[in-house]
Amino acid sequence: MKRELFDQVLDAKAERRPVAVITHLATGAQRLVARDAAHDDDLSDVLDTAFRFDKSQVVAQDGEEYFVDIHNPPLKMVMIGAVHIAQALIPMAKATGYDVTIVDPRGAFATEARFPDVGLIAEWPDEVLNDVGLDARTAVVALTHDPKIDDPALQMALNSEVFYIGALGSKRTHASRLERLREHRFSDETLARIKGPIGLNIGAKGQAEIAVAIMAQVIEHLRLGGEAS
Amino acid sequence: MSAPDANILNDAKSWLDEGRKLALATVIETWGSAPQPTGSQLVIDEEGNFIGSVSGGCVEGAVVTEAIDVIGAGTGKVLEFGVADETAWEVGLACGGRIRIYVEPLGH
Repeated sequence: MKRELFDQVLDAKAERRPVAVITHLATGAQRLVARDAAHDDDLSDVLDTAFRFDKSQVVAQDGEEYFVDIHNPPLKMVMIGAVHIAQALIPMAKATGYDVTIVDPRGAFATEARFPDVGLIAEWPDEVLNDVGLDARTAVVALTHDPKIDDPALQMALNSEVFYIGALGSKRTHASRLERLREHRFSDETLARIKGPIGLNIGAKGQAEIAVAIMAQVIEHLRLGGEAS
Repeated sequence: MSAPDANILNDAKSWLDEGRKLALATVIETWGSAPQPTGSQLVIDEEGNFIGSVSGGCVEGAVVTEAIDVIGAGTGKVLEFGVADETAWEVGLACGGRIRIYVEPLGH
């Protein structure tokens, strides 16, 4: 890969712009294709799904092999609530490749001392989530148990294309949460996007195990489209 | 590929800025239980130093050797490893999977 192309890939990553590097394997000839220009490329059919599913792959066209290398922006996890479970979930999210942002308007919770090395925003979710950016590479987990904080965040998540939405709370808590959200005219089908009680059912006890259950469910949605649960 | 590779490429940029000659190895196809997914990358310098991973350790040694050749030759090549391959008994994948790797000069 020539230096100029390599620098373009790094710039795209830094600016969260999805790009693909297409390599003609026989000659090594390469080109960079931005996602928003993919429809003009010779491999447009493949590029659309490759970007969507983050699937780098070898493609054959006219007897020639091309490697399509997808460089999507980093995954992002937005945690609503600077709470205990967030502290357990952060290292797992980071280890699996997520940029983590914590949103909690309660200044006593959202402190640097409790949450070093993550994006920490001590504001109401509905005031900041548009800036945080809820895109198809983002997972949102609501962890506060407090409807005043969780509900507005869930509403914004439901109106976005985030690939995962989870909300902490018992079955009963979740049922009353859904009741409240129905009053905001969300259909049952839309509300089904919220996973609650959050996490795969592995009988998790304590914050660390619950974090494992949440992380596993997020991965399931990313890799399998959430079909299994 | 997802985020974990971002740091490898940033490290590669630092190496290039130091004037080192590099090769980039990328997993382009996998079959069976290959240990690293498509898109996983290894960056190698001309002295055989490397960062990243293409197989979790099974074939890195062979890839590094090929990469040094690629840096010298200045052109890319496709490598294939797996139990179906003759060389597998020497540098194959213990997991029984099969992988193809594209090795290319990086930055020159």
